[in-house]
Parts: sequence; structure tokens; C-alpha cells
Amino acid sequence: MAIDMEQFKVTYIEESLEGLDNMESHLLNLEPGSRDEDAINTIFRAAHSIKGGGATFGFSNISEFTHVVETLLDQIRNGEREVTQQAIDLFLESVDCVRDMLATAQGGGQSDASRSTELKAQLDALLVSDENFQPDAHPMPGDSQASPDEQSIASEWNIRFKPFPGMLATGNDVVRMFRELAELGELHTKVNFAELPALTDLGVEDCYLSWEATLKGQCTLEDIKEIFVWVEDECELVITAAPSLESSDSIDSKDRSTDDKPVSGINGASDHGVNVTTAAARPSSLPSENKSKPQNKTTAERRANAESSSIRVDIDKIDSLINMVGELVITQSMLSQLGEEFDIERLEKLRDGLGQLERNTRELQESVMRIRMIPISFAFNRFPRMIHDLCNKFGKKVQLKLSGESTELDKTVMEKIGDPLVHLVRNAMDHGIETPDKRAEAGKPETGTVHLNAFHQGGNIVIEITDDGAGINADKILKKAIQRGLVEEGIELSQARIHDLLFQPGFSTADEITDVSGRGVGMDVVRKNIQALGGTVDVQSTIGKGSKFTVRLPLTLAILDGQLVRVGDHTYIIPLVSIVESLQVHNKNVNAIAGKAELYKLRDEYIPIVRLYEAFHIEPDSRSLENGLLVVVEGDGQKAGLLVDDLLAQQQVVIKSLETNFRRVDGLSGATILGDGTVALILDVAGVIRVSQGRISHHDSINANGVAA
Amino acid sequence: MDLAQQIESDMQNGVQADNQFGKNSEQLLTFILAGEEYGVDILRVQEIKGWDSVTPIPNTPKHILGVINLRGTIVPIVDLRLRFNLDSIVYGPTTVVIMLKVKSEDRTRTMGIVVDGVSDVYNLAQDAMKPPPDFGSVISVDFVKGLATVGEHMVIVLDIDHLLNAGELAMLEEAATG
Repeated sequence: MAIDMEQFKVTYIEESLEGLDNMESHLLNLEPGSRDEDAINTIFRAAHSIKGGGATFGFSNISEFTHVVETLLDQIRNGEREVTQQAIDLFLESVDCVRDMLATAQGGGQSDASRSTELKAQLDALLVSDENFQPDAHPMPGDSQASPDEQSIASEWNIRFKPFPGMLATGNDVVRMFRELAELGELHTKVNFAELPALTDLGVEDCYLSWEATLKGQCTLEDIKEIFVWVEDECELVITAAPSLESSDSIDSKDRSTDDKPVSGINGASDHGVNVTTAAARPSSLPSENKSKPQNKTTAERRANAESSSIRVDIDKIDSLINMVGELVITQSMLSQLGEEFDIERLEKLRDGLGQLERNTRELQESVMRIRMIPISFAFNRFPRMIHDLCNKFGKKVQLKLSGESTELDKTVMEKIGDPLVHLVRNAMDHGIETPDKRAEAGKPETGTVHLNAFHQGGNIVIEITDDGAGINADKILKKAIQRGLVEEGIELSQARIHDLLFQPGFSTADEITDVSGRGVGMDVVRKNIQALGGTVDVQSTIGKGSKFTVRLPLTLAILDGQLVRVGDHTYIIPLVSIVESLQVHNKNVNAIAGKAELYKLRDEYIPIVRLYEAFHIEPDSRSLENGLLVVVEGDGQKAGLLVDDLLAQQQVVIKSLETNFRRVDGLSGATILGDGTVALILDVAGVIRVSQGRISHHDSINANGVAA
Repeated sequence: MDLAQQIESDMQNGVQADNQFGKNSEQLLTFILAGEEYGVDILRVQEIKGWDSVTPIPNTPKHILGVINLRGTIVPIVDLRLRFNLDSIVYGPTTVVIMLKVKSEDRTRTMGIVVDGVSDVYNLAQDAMKPPPDFGSVISVDFVKGLATVGEHMVIVLDIDHLLNAGELAMLEEAATG
């Protein structure tokens, strides 16, 4: 039967990448000298699965490399080796290395073997060097380097194979394994069905049999283990080299209570056993003890690769979706029944039904949207490792605090926010946190803190990156800006404006350029990326105390609550989240500055009035302020009053991109299709304010020559 | 179907075949704009629809009439008369919008052009197309792929990728992303 291996390869690669992420996060939590068995076991299992899969799918480089890692891990797991910082670092590097290999495997190219070879040599060196390691104690399973014995060829092996009851349920086929064994040499097997329960107690999917096998032939322990590699964790497996020919069946006499006679067809499980009356066994001493832990790869811990095109959805979300669809069907049948025998007296009922339909639709829509929402921990996950690496690089001590990791946001947003966040965290590490001695001088604890926090606020998700480092030196920035001609000398700028300069293209205050940050590409890109998502980023900083970067992002890019407004013949949509209030204009509250800019006094604030018809060059119903309505909006931290002719309905709209077939337009964030099929444009509030002020963006306004773009 | 048959069937279908057309012939959809006949590669034509109202987009060049909803996607509509600085006319019953697939950089966009009316479909051998003469500064030659003679009259073959990308579109896009 031809099986398309490609699809399994893809799954293998995806799972392995998840496994690597898992390994990485546990490695980072592992302290030198610790004996955290759970963590070590998890790491081991991940490495083990990667190795097994690699061998199956023909990625021999991956399986060979992972094999060495696994060996080392196994020793640690068995308590024969201490967890050292050196080992952890080496493992982390190995994780990267395997990740590269997988990426190459995915791309189908040939990977650069030098890195893995070098790492492998280091791992081997560690294996051999460590004094804790007594080579003769237990050659580790799968440790080809450390136990040359395994490579040796014995002529006869005894195998005792006792699957756990659930082994068959995981899709492992005993027959296949024995067939493979039989290919290695002359195989004799004996089945032991002493544990077979009475027919009434028999679980049809459980395996109660165990086998003794003798394998005569020229093969290595490795060859045999290879066959059992998938079931290692689900069985008791003892493989020993038969000391001599005669002794071969002396083994295990105890529990092999019965004979070789086939136990035909008691149930599916035993069937497997029966066919295989010809297995053989062979030698060498490796009890694979300890492998009893079920290989529950703790689905919760699985982490989908951020770029993967599939998504793991919480079963609760699916269930609620199904409920919702159920309700929708009920509503639909109610309405259709109503339609069949409708008379005017039942109008009220129809209204109710339609109301219900609306509720159902909205709920359904919300839960569908929730499917796309994934916790931000997907984006946060990479930081522990990054901080770890950067600490080593800079000789800084930094502790990473994560909070609000379960805050959910849209997958698309998540994928695009990763890089900007990395930039900000790197910056905090490089420019923010000082070296330990400097920190001590300043009377701060030697270990700096970088805090990543995420929370929801209104329709936005807010991500804060806080460090307790040196803070941003406003004078230095100003000096640099003047030097670069970004700002004219002698101009007074507010603190906030100065901080804003950080986001200028080509701006860096690092005295020295490091390979982490300081090349001056970065912050402007960060801002641009975040703005492309419809978000904002700003910074607060106190010298000596630290800095805080705040990133605000819309929760989702697909749907928003909008307020429809009308100007002349045109309908526009203002995102509800950016509306503060709407009011009628009282002329006494309108002030003009220099006869040009108009301000509206709203309680104790003055807000600029933006006449939408002017900004968009369209014909309104009325040009007088008093005949229109003022929609007070806030965008980019700035308030403004938009003058419109009328407020229409409020509704949820599906955002359609203008860029797909056209391009970005200043002042618009997209378009949507209204109920009647016509297109309405969605205002980008911050953009409208900028357009009305005759400037394209912040930095142009601070530009030395002051020319508005 | 051999070549002769194909020609015959084309003729039957009322398609005028250029007598020189060979293997690398292409089919042109032609349309009328201010009395002239223009042609575009027929493979780029997604559909032809009647004129319907559009939603204007503020602060865009005049010839970009606005956007329409084409089965769920937002598609911009360009008035070709305005694009070529011709006098605009009142849209009538023959006024049509030709939906074109425009390739730019790495993606394909759909755009509509408003023309006075569609005319015909021709087979045209590639070598039957003459390079355009230099129009000087009157009109950029960039978006004219060539001039083709079909029977007695001339067809101006447009390079729509250039036409609907060049100038203001590209410039503004730069401003938006840069």
C-alpha cells in the first residue's frame, strides 16, 4: 500500500518543532544541579520522539544528532550525571541546531553539517569526560558513543518483550516488530499468556501477552533497539546477549509459564502475538527501565509554531460554537414556521424571532472570532531563551517577568507582533539594563528585571515592556538628533517629543554598535510594523529608574464595532472604540486661533475641530458648525472633534482591506460592505487628524525644516 | 483541432483573424475610448460589467472614481478617459467597466477601468504589433505596449501593468509604506 509519506513528514516536523520549543522552555527552567525529574523527563521524551521520527522519515542527520543528545539526557535522567550549566547550554545549542535541521528538512535542501558535527563532538566530549560517568555502569540505551559494546555484533540475543496493556492502542503492531526482527536473523519466539484474564474480564483493546524471543544472527544491539524504538516507553524490554548458545532459552523461565502454542484469536490483541511464533532474541544488558512513563506529550504544553498555518483550538471554543449553531438552527426553524402561516397578528412574534436571530448571529460571529484568538504566551515564549542568551552575551544579569500571558489576541496580529516585541526586548536588554557593577554603583540590585505584561483595555490589547535599567537620557537623544539634523538647535521639545525621536529612522543612542542593537534600524521599523497593525507604541522613561514601552494593538483585524456617520452623500464608519462622545455644537464654545484652527471647549479641555468635509474635500449638507454634530474621537493619544452631518446606525462591520487591490489611503483604515451591498469607508481616526493638520506623520512635523509633507 | 479548423471556427464566431497569426498569437479585447480603439490582453480580463455607482475615496486623484464591492472584495475603479486627460462624458447604457487583473511587484490586483464601450476580440500575431512612436511628453509611452493593425484600422495595445501602476499609484504607495 502506497502511503504518502510527505504528509506525515509535515506532521513530524511540526511536532518536532513543538517538541523543541518544549525542550527549550524546560531547559531554561532547569537549574544546574537540580533534580527536577518531570522537566528532565519531558526534555528527554521530546528528544526521543524527534530521534525516532527522524529515523522513520529518513532524516538520518537529525536522528543521529538527537541520539547523542538523548544519550546524555538519559544519563541525567538516570541520575548518573549532574545537570551542569555546560550541559544546559550545550542542549540549548543542540535545540537550535535541530531546529535548523528541521527547517532544512522542510525546505528539502541539504543542511550545513559543520555545526551539528561540531556540537556533536562537544556532546561526545562531555559524555566521555564527565567523572560522574562510569562507563561500565550502564551503557545507556541508545548511546552508541559511550557504549561501544552496543555496536558490537553478537551472534545471539535474548529479548524479553512485555508490552503495557495500552500499547496496541497507540497503533503499534507487534507482528510488524517481530517480522522486522525476523529479518535480522533466525528468530524463535515464545508467547506468554499467563496474564490473560478470563474472557469476561478481557479488555479487547488491551494487550496481555508478553514474548520471549531468541534471535540468532549477525546484528547489533542498535539494530534491535531500532525496531522497538517507538514502543520503548510502552513496554518492558530486556535485550541481552546470550552468553552462549545453550543458555539462550534458560532465561526467564519463571514467568513464561506456558508454551509456544498459538493462542489463536482470543481477541484482536492476542492475535497479533500469535502469528509471531518465530521471534528471536539477543544479548546485551540494557534494561530500559524507567520508561514506564506514558508518553503523554501534555497537549497543553504543546506550542504551535507561530508561523504554522494550522491552529490548535481549545475544545471549549468548538463546543460553544456547536451550541451556538444549534440555537441558530432552532431560530431558523421557528422563523420558517412563522413564515408559512403568517398573519399580521403574529408580527410581534416575528420581531422576537428576528431579534433572536440577530443575537444568535452575533454570538456565532463572536465565537468564530474567538477561534482565531490565541494567548499571547505564544509570542512571549521565545523571550526566556532570548534573555538567557543575551545575558551570557552582555554579562548582564537579567530576570524576566511575564504576566498576562493568557491574554488572547488574534492570530494574525500575534504573528506580526513577534518581531517588534523582540526588538523592544533586545533594546531593553542592550540599552536599558546596566551591567551588574554599574547597577551596584547605582544602588540597585545586580539583577535587572525586564517585565512583559499584557492586558486588555477596551477593544485593545496592551503590551508593556518595562525595564528597571538606566532609563532614556533625553539630553543625549536631543543632542544626537541635533547632530543628525533631525531637530533644529534651540528648539524646545517636550520630554514626550524627545522620546518620540527614538522612533525616527536611523536613530540610535548606543555609543557603540553591538550586533544586538544600535545600528539605528529598529525602532522606526518597530513603530511602522505596529502602525501597520493599527496599533501604537509609545515610551515613558525616568532616568535611573527605567523605561516602559507601551504597545497598543487592536484585538482583531477582521471585525469592528462601528458608528456610521454621514457627510453629504457619503457614509463613513468611525470605529466605536475611538469615539469618546458625540455632541451638538454650541457656538459659544468654539474658539478660533489665528482665524484658522478651531478649538472646541469641552468641559475643561480644548479640542481641535476637524471638519470632515474639508479633510476629505467633499460636499456636506451644511458648512455651519451648529447644523452638524461633533464626534469627539481619540486617536494616537490625541483628541479631536470630527464634524459630521448626521449620525446613523451603529453596527459591526467586517473590515476589508483597501490595499488588496488598491493602496493605503491616509485617513482610512479600510472599507466595508454595508447591508445594501455598497461600500463604506472606515476612518482611521489618527490618520484623519493628521490629514487635517496637513501632515502625514509625526516626524515630519518635527523635521528641522518644518516642511509638512 | 488543427490550425485551419481553428481559424475557421474563429471566423465563424465572428473573430477576425490576423492573416499572419501563428503560434504566439495573443487575443485582444478591444474597447472604444473617445473614438479610438484600445486593446488589452484578453487573459487579463476578469469580467465585464455595466457601470454602477462607486464609493469615492477622498484625497485620491480624480481618475480614481472610487471603489466597488465585487462579490466581497473591494475593487478600485479607474476612469480611463480621465486617466488620459480626455473630456469626461456622461455615462450611458454602453458604458462598461472592464475588470482587469493587474500584476504589480509580487501580487496580482483586480482593478476596473471605465470605458465608452467594448468593441471586439481579435487574434493578433505577436510580430504584427509595432512599437509605439515617441509621443513626446504628451503621453507617456510606458503604458502603450504597441500598435496593431487590424484590417484597416489601428488598435492601441495597452500595457495595463504599467498603466494602472505607474505615476500616482506607485508614488502614493511609496508614501504610504515608506
